[in-house]
Amino acid sequence: MEGADVWSSVRTYLIGLALAAMLTAGSFWISSTGVIYGPGVPVALIVFALAQIGVHLVFFLHLTTAPDNVNNAMALAFGVLVVVLLIGGTLWIMMHMNANMMPMGAAHGPHMHGGHP
Amino acid sequence: MSASTVAFAPPGPGTPSQAHDPYRLGRGSGSEDESTGHGAGGPSPKSIVVGFGFWIFILADIITFSTLFAAYGVLKDATAGGPTGAELFDRGSAALETTCLLLSSVACGLAMVALRMRSRFWFQFAMLATAVLGASFLSLEAREFAGLVSQGAGPGRSAFLSAFFTLVGCHGVHVTIGLLWLLTMMAQVAAKGFRADIVRRTTCWSLFWHALDIVWVGVFTVVYLMGLSA
Repeated sequence: MEGADVWSSVRTYLIGLALAAMLTAGSFWISSTGVIYGPGVPVALIVFALAQIGVHLVFFLHLTTAPDNVNNAMALAFGVLVVVLLIGGTLWIMMHMNANMMPMGAAHGPHMHGGHP
Repeated sequence: MSASTVAFAPPGPGTPSQAHDPYRLGRGSGSEDESTGHGAGGPSPKSIVVGFGFWIFILADIITFSTLFAAYGVLKDATAGGPTGAELFDRGSAALETTCLLLSSVACGLAMVALRMRSRFWFQFAMLATAVLGASFLSLEAREFAGLVSQGAGPGRSAFLSAFFTLVGCHGVHVTIGLLWLLTMMAQVAAKGFRADIVRRTTCWSLFWHALDIVWVGVFTVVYLMGLSA
C-alpha cells in the first residue's frame, strides 16, 4: 500500500466522520428546539437517521454499487425488506388493534394493560 | 491488495475482467477466463467469501435488533403510571455516548487502514483508541443504567422500561462482546503478525464494530431523541 493510497483511505473515513457528525448534531438540535412544527420532529429525526445510516454504509463499510459488491448489496436489500416488514407490520397491526379496542377505563382499571390509555 | 483484504473495499485499478464477471465468480485467474465461475477461475478468494458470510450474519443480527425496536415502539407509552422517557433521559449523556461510539467507529476504520499497510504500530495504536472509546461508551451506559435503577426506574417498573432495557442492554452486550473480540485481535496480531487468517478475522470484527454504530444511530434516534421530544 502506497502513501497516496493510504491518504485516500484515511480521507474517506474523515469525510464520513464529518458527515456523520453533522447529521448527529442536526438530530440533537432538531429535537431540542421548537423551530420545526412539533409532529414533524419524528419525521425529521427518521430522515436524519436514515441519511446517517447511508453515510456509515458508504464511508465506513465501503458498500458500493460496484460490480464486485452486488452480492453484498443484494443481501442488504433483503435485510432492509425484512426489517421494514417487521417494524412496519408490528406497529401497523398494534396501532390498529389499539384503535379498535374497547376503552379500558372502568372495567379493568387504568393501568392494567399499560400503553392503551 | 485492496479488494481482497478488506471486505467492501473499493476495487483497485487494473481489474478489467469485472465487466465480464460482475459477481467475481472467476476472480483469481485474470481477464483471460471467459467462462467465469467454471473451470480455471475457480471460486472467489477466501477473504471475499468470509466477508460475505459475516455480512449475512450481521444482517441477521440487525433483524434481531429490529424485533426489539418493534417491541419498544409498541410499548413505549406503556409506562404503567411510572416515569416516561422524557422524564428519565438525559440529552447530554446520550450525546456523549453517541460521540464515543462514532469516534470509535472511525478509529476502527483507521485500524483497518493500518492493517492493509501492515503497520503493527499504527494498527495497535488505532485498536487501542477504539477500545478506549468503546469502554468509555460502556461505562457511560452502565452509569446511566445504575442511575435509572437507583431511582426506581428499573426494568421491572413498566413495560416501557422493560423494552428500553432489553433494546439498549442488548446493544450494550454486543458492544461488550465486540470489545472482547477487539482485545483478542490485538493479542493475535501481536503474537502471530498479519497472517492471512488473522487479517480475515480482524476484517470481520471491523464489520461487526461498524454495524454496532449503525444500530446505535437507530437507538439514539428512536429511544433518546424521540423520547425526549415526545
